[in-house]
Amino acid sequence: MYAVKTEGLTKKYKDTVAVDNLSISVLWGELFALLGVNGAGKTTTVKMLTCLTKPTCGDAFLNGKSILKDSAAVKSFTAVSPQETAVAPGLSVKENLELISGVYGFTKEKRAEKIAELTGLLGLEAVTDKRAGKLSGGWQRRLSIAMALISEPEILFLDEPTLGLDVLVRSELWDIIRSLKGRVTIIMTTHYMEEAEALSDRIGIMKDGKLLIAETAESIKKAAGTDSLEQAFVSFARGVVK
Amino acid sequence: MRMLTFAGRNAKEILRDPLNLAFGLGFPLVLLMLLSLIQANIPVPLFEIGHLTPGVTVFGLSFMTLFSASVIAKDRGSSLLRRLYTTPLTPTDFILGYTLPMIPIALMQCIVCYIAAIMLGLEITVNILYAAVAVVPVSILYIALGLLFGSILNDRQVGGICGALLTNLSAWLSGIWFELELVGGVFRKIAYALPFVHAVDMERAMLAGNFADAVPHLWWVLGYAAAVFALAVLLFLRQMKRQ
Repeated sequence: MYAVKTEGLTKKYKDTVAVDNLSISVLWGELFALLGVNGAGKTTTVKMLTCLTKPTCGDAFLNGKSILKDSAAVKSFTAVSPQETAVAPGLSVKENLELISGVYGFTKEKRAEKIAELTGLLGLEAVTDKRAGKLSGGWQRRLSIAMALISEPEILFLDEPTLGLDVLVRSELWDIIRSLKGRVTIIMTTHYMEEAEALSDRIGIMKDGKLLIAETAESIKKAAGTDSLEQAFVSFARGVVK
Repeated sequence: MRMLTFAGRNAKEILRDPLNLAFGLGFPLVLLMLLSLIQANIPVPLFEIGHLTPGVTVFGLSFMTLFSASVIAKDRGSSLLRRLYTTPLTPTDFILGYTLPMIPIALMQCIVCYIAAIMLGLEITVNILYAAVAVVPVSILYIALGLLFGSILNDRQVGGICGALLTNLSAWLSGIWFELELVGGVFRKIAYALPFVHAVDMERAMLAGNFADAVPHLWWVLGYAAAVFALAVLLFLRQMKRQ
């Protein structure tokens, strides 16, 4: 069953085509990474799929629900961890998690249960009562991901989840993302080839709003005739391989 | 429920900022005490406690615009609002969530001002209660201005426009610190075409128990509050769409 299926998804801004006739299918439980240089259309794709912006034409179906006709239903089972850390700085870690579980209408008991589960999963116990605005970038990113997960999403969008983090924190976040595989469908945008290769079931490479290929890392390397995903990506991005 | 959760978050963000407390509560109280001291030494009818307190109360509400606009502008500048737009919160939830928590804060500020005024010699009458209730439509006007400016300005601009310009303009054009008749002419006409002096005159009439005199001013305040709120909602929805 497809968790995400886009049909000719297109977004135009005046003269610029940010996403051009995108058609992808992501299976339930799959971790699908979107790779591309800046301006390739990755973030715009995520914005359309999370109902933040409407496509100029085309449609996308998440768990069979249209982003155009049934955005309220789509919002109820999706969550996003945006590129920039999205936390309420004046609230504590616990209060941030309460905020999100509250806007999803969880009961008090379920809130407490989910907060305990998520703080454990993301190792946030030590900072539960600390204000989010006072935390380091790594802790804020963990909290941001916990806030995305607390609503029990069936489809999770991670937009550059480890951008700007040091190697250790990135490695810890990779472990967390791995632990989610199979339980949640994840669409992740990233600039890091090793991240895409280590975590993803399939990788889509985008350039100028178009999807060039959507395959496993091995198949992409094979198609480009290279040993590394980075070389393969460069070959696709430069148009050496079509 | 969803809206209340969001509203609770906004109230916490505002009340936990020490600068907000210093300006929102501290500044009006300092003015009240300072001008009462001047009044004690050089009696000026304008600064008699029964005349001064309603004005200071309305002046204090101008900080509600700053608080409200700051929270919205900061949220717009961060990714938090974008995250929240992907949740089941509706546009109504956002607008009410930013507006409603400000009303009890405004009422609290008003009550603190009146308690301080009583300590400075204001006679305790039931009219204080009516004056406090009359603060609600005025607070909605100032909160709507916050929603409006927060929807179009960034965090830094909000500090300048709402923190400096609006607080000063609403103070000069409200007849709190000087009688508008002393300036007269176009200045007075402009002042009476705007809601700030009407808010002050309404509060003064309520505290004095002249309810009939308060009614025309109340209409001015309500009219402006409705118009500004409608414009603020449109601008908020526009920025929401742009995000």
